[in-house]
Amino acid sequence: MTVIERASVAPSRRSLLTGSLAGGFLLAFHLPVRGADGPARTPDAPDGKFAPNAFIRIDNAGETTLVMPQVEMGQGIYTAVAMILAEELDADFAQVTLAHAPPNDKLYGNPLFGLQATGGSTSVRAFWQPLRKAGAGARAQLIQAAAEQWQVDAASCTASRGQVIHAASGRTLGYGALAEAASKQTPPQEPKLKDSKNFFLIGKPLRRFDTPDKTNGKATYGIDVMLPGMKFATLAQCPVFGGKVGKVDDSAAKKIQGVRQIVVLDDLVAVVGDHMWAAKKGLEALVVTWDEGANAAVSSKDIWENLRAASAKDGAVAKSTGDIAKGLASGEKVEADFELPFLAHATMEPLNCVVRFGPDSCEIWTGTQIMTRVQSEAAKAAGLPVDKVTVTNHVLGGGFGRKLEPDMVVAAVRIAKQVDMPIKVVWTREEDMQHDVYRPVYRDTISASLSGGKIAAWKYRVTGSAILARWLPPAFQKGIDADGVDAAVDIPYEIPNLHIEYVRAEPPAVPTGFWRGVGPNNNVFAIESFMDELARKVGKDPIAFRRDMLTKQPRFLAALDLVAEKSGWGKPLPARVGRGVCLQPAFASFIATVVEAEVDSAGEVKLRRIVTAVDTGIAVNPNTIEAQLQGGLIFGLTAALYGDITIDKGRVQQSNFNDYRMLRIDEVPPIEVHLIKSGEAPGGIGETGTTAGPPALRNAIYAATGVALRRLPIDRTLIASGKKS
Amino acid sequence: MATLKINGEQKTFDAADDTPLLWVLRDVLGMTGTKFGCGIAQCGACTVHLDGKAVRSCVLPVGAVKDRAITTIEGVGDSTAGAKVQKAWLDLEVIQCGYCQSGQIMSAAALLAATPKPDDADIDAAMAGNICRCGTYVRIRAAIKRAASEG
Repeated sequence: MTVIERASVAPSRRSLLTGSLAGGFLLAFHLPVRGADGPARTPDAPDGKFAPNAFIRIDNAGETTLVMPQVEMGQGIYTAVAMILAEELDADFAQVTLAHAPPNDKLYGNPLFGLQATGGSTSVRAFWQPLRKAGAGARAQLIQAAAEQWQVDAASCTASRGQVIHAASGRTLGYGALAEAASKQTPPQEPKLKDSKNFFLIGKPLRRFDTPDKTNGKATYGIDVMLPGMKFATLAQCPVFGGKVGKVDDSAAKKIQGVRQIVVLDDLVAVVGDHMWAAKKGLEALVVTWDEGANAAVSSKDIWENLRAASAKDGAVAKSTGDIAKGLASGEKVEADFELPFLAHATMEPLNCVVRFGPDSCEIWTGTQIMTRVQSEAAKAAGLPVDKVTVTNHVLGGGFGRKLEPDMVVAAVRIAKQVDMPIKVVWTREEDMQHDVYRPVYRDTISASLSGGKIAAWKYRVTGSAILARWLPPAFQKGIDADGVDAAVDIPYEIPNLHIEYVRAEPPAVPTGFWRGVGPNNNVFAIESFMDELARKVGKDPIAFRRDMLTKQPRFLAALDLVAEKSGWGKPLPARVGRGVCLQPAFASFIATVVEAEVDSAGEVKLRRIVTAVDTGIAVNPNTIEAQLQGGLIFGLTAALYGDITIDKGRVQQSNFNDYRMLRIDEVPPIEVHLIKSGEAPGGIGETGTTAGPPALRNAIYAATGVALRRLPIDRTLIASGKKS
Repeated sequence: MATLKINGEQKTFDAADDTPLLWVLRDVLGMTGTKFGCGIAQCGACTVHLDGKAVRSCVLPVGAVKDRAITTIEGVGDSTAGAKVQKAWLDLEVIQCGYCQSGQIMSAAALLAATPKPDDADIDAAMAGNICRCGTYVRIRAAIKRAASEG
C-alpha cells in the first residue's frame, strides 16, 4: 500500500467553478467581482434545474454542480466531498463543477457541530452519510424519471457516468435530458446506498480540483479579491491584550504619499491607503498612546504560576472506571507532569477581509472556516439584519483553526463603516502573530501504578483553557470541556482503574482558540510520553509494553505492528540516534507513528526518518491522506522543535518567522505513510499527523539520550545536559 | 509614472520608488498570484524572478528594479523550467492550501534553470527560504527531481 498510484482521471472539462450558476447564489471561484454583482439567492431557487438537495444541481445540459458544505483550506476536502457525492450520484466526474456553499446552517451545517464550521477533522466523518444519501437520492429520482419516460420498471434501469441506462432495450438518457422530469419526482426517504465493492471513485488516489489554479497564480484567496474603487487598509490593535486606544497623533501619517484616511476606533487604529505599502507606512507613522489596561503587567511567569496552582486542585470527573484509590495504592507508583506552551497559527495567508458597504447592505469576501458566524457577527458590527450581509468564501491560505474565529471580519467591518469606499483590510504578519487566538497552555498531571509489567491504575488530570465553553457553549457540560479531555478519555490501553479529570483554567490576558490537532495534541503528548517512561520503569520495549495492553484493540495493534515492521523497530542504530513511537486514539482513526531522530552534544535534534501506519477506515482519497499525514507531522514537529509564544508586559514577544520559527525543507526527512485497508466508516485525518509527531519525537530523544522531556518545545539545554529524570 | 517589464510586457504605474515590488504587483497592477507572507524576506511567498534569479519582492523597492526583467507566477509557465515545475507540481499533487506555492514554484524554476540536475543539497539551498505551513516539503523535493528528470 505504500506506493500510492497517482491519478488516472485527467478529465478535459472538469473544473472548479469556471462558471457560476445562473441564479448567482454560488459565487465564481476565479471571479469574485462577478460573484459580487449577483444577488444573494437561496439555494432552493434553481431556475428549473434539478436541485434535489442542498448539494447537487444539474441543469438541462447535464452540467453538474456540487455545492461544498465544508471549506477548502488545503486538506483536499473539496475533492473528497465531490468524490462522495459523485460516487452515489453516478455522475460523470469529468464533468462536475464545484461551488462554495453560501452561509446557511440549516442546509450546510456540520452535523457534528450544528453549524457551518470546518474543523476537528470532522468533514468526511460528519458528511459521509448525508452526502451519500444526497447522491443516492438524486440518482433514484433520475432513474425514476427515465423509467417513466420509457415506461419500464425503475428496477430494470441503472445509472453510470451521468446517464441512466436501460440495458434490456439498449436505451440511455443523459442526466441533463432528465433534469426537469427528475425534479418532479419525490425524493426517496431512505435511498439505497451503494455496496462499497461497487465504488468507482471512492478509494482511488484522484487528483484534486483546486490545485491547477494554485500552480499559475489564478486561484483567488480572500486576500486576492479586488473590487472597483477599492482601497487598502492595515490595522494595529493595542499590543497589550484588552488595551484601548488613548491618544492618536496622525499628523505625520497624513503626510505619507498614498495615505487616504486614518480610522481610530476604541480598541484599534487603521490606515487606509492606495496600496498596502502606503497603509503600512502610514500606520508606522501614527503616534498612538495606548491605554494598556489591566493586563499591562502579565507575563508568562504569571500564566504558568496560575496554571500550576489550578492544576493542584481536584477537577471535574470526565471518566472513572474501577477503583482509582485502591489501584494507585497497590503496585509501584509513578508520577509526572507535562506542559505545553501557547502557539500561534501563522497561516501563510495573513488575516484579511474585503468589505463593501451599500446604503443598507454589507458585502464580505474572505476565507473562513465558519461562514454563518462570520455573517452574524458582521451583521452585528455593521448594525444590519443578517439577511443584508452577504459572505463570499474563498479557498483559505491555511486555516489550522485560526479562521474558526470571526474577529478579523468584525474588525474589517468596523473599519469599513468609517470609510466611503470598499476596502481590503490586510494584517501584517506581526499583527497576525501578536493578535492571534492562541493554542492554550496546558498542564497534565499523571499518577500511575505498575503491577506485573502493566498499568494497574491511571489518574490523569488536564488543566487548561476551555475553548468549547466560549466557542460552542452547549458542548461545555458539568465543568468538562469535551475538547480538553478528547483522547484522554479514549485511552486505548486496558487499565483496570482509570480516572480522568478536567480543571478549567483560563490564562490571564491571552485569548485562546482551536489549533490544528485540538485537544488530542495535548493529551496524546502527555499520555504517549508517559507510556515510554512507564515502559522503561518495567524494563520493557515501548512497543511491547503497549501491545500487552491492547489485547481487545485489533485496529490499534495492526497499526502498531505495521509501523514496527516498516520502521525497522528494534534494529540497531548509531550512537545518539533513537526511535520513538506514538499510538493515538484521536479523530476516529487508528494511527501509529515512529520518528527516528539524532541528537548532537549541543542538544540539537535532527529528524532522520518518519514512518506512520494509518487505519482511517474507508480511505476516500488515499493521495490526500498521504499528503495530510506528511503535512500534519511537519506541523506538529514544527511546534515540538520551535513553537513557543511567550508573554511579557501583557504582550506577545514573538513577531514574525524570524523569531517564531518554522520547519524548512532542509530539516524535513523522508516521511513514509502506510495505509491499512479497511471497510469501516471513514475517520478523521487532517489533524492526525500533527498529534502524532511531538510525542514520537520526544520518545526518540528519550531513547537516544535517556533525557525525559516533559515540556515543549524541546529544551536543548536539558537534552545537552544528559540529565536523566 | 514608472515602468517595469513584467512577463515580457511593459507595465506603467504610479507608486513611490521605495514601494516594494510586491505591493506594486498585487495592489497597483492587480497581479495577485505573487503572495504576501511576512514582509521581511523570511518566508519566500513573494518570490519572483529578476533577470531569471529568485528574489523576494516584499523587500525589493521598485526603484531598484530599473530595466531588469521581472517574471511572476503568472508568466513563469512560459519558460521551459517553469512549465516543467508546474507540471511536476500537479503530477505529484504537491499542493495543499497553495498559498506559498507561487513562491515555491518560482524558487524551484530558478533552481532548475541554473542547475538542471540538482541534488538534495542544491534543493535544500535553493528552497530553504520558502516556508510551507501545510508541510508539502516531501513532495516538493520529489517534484523538483521529477521536473529535473524530464528532458
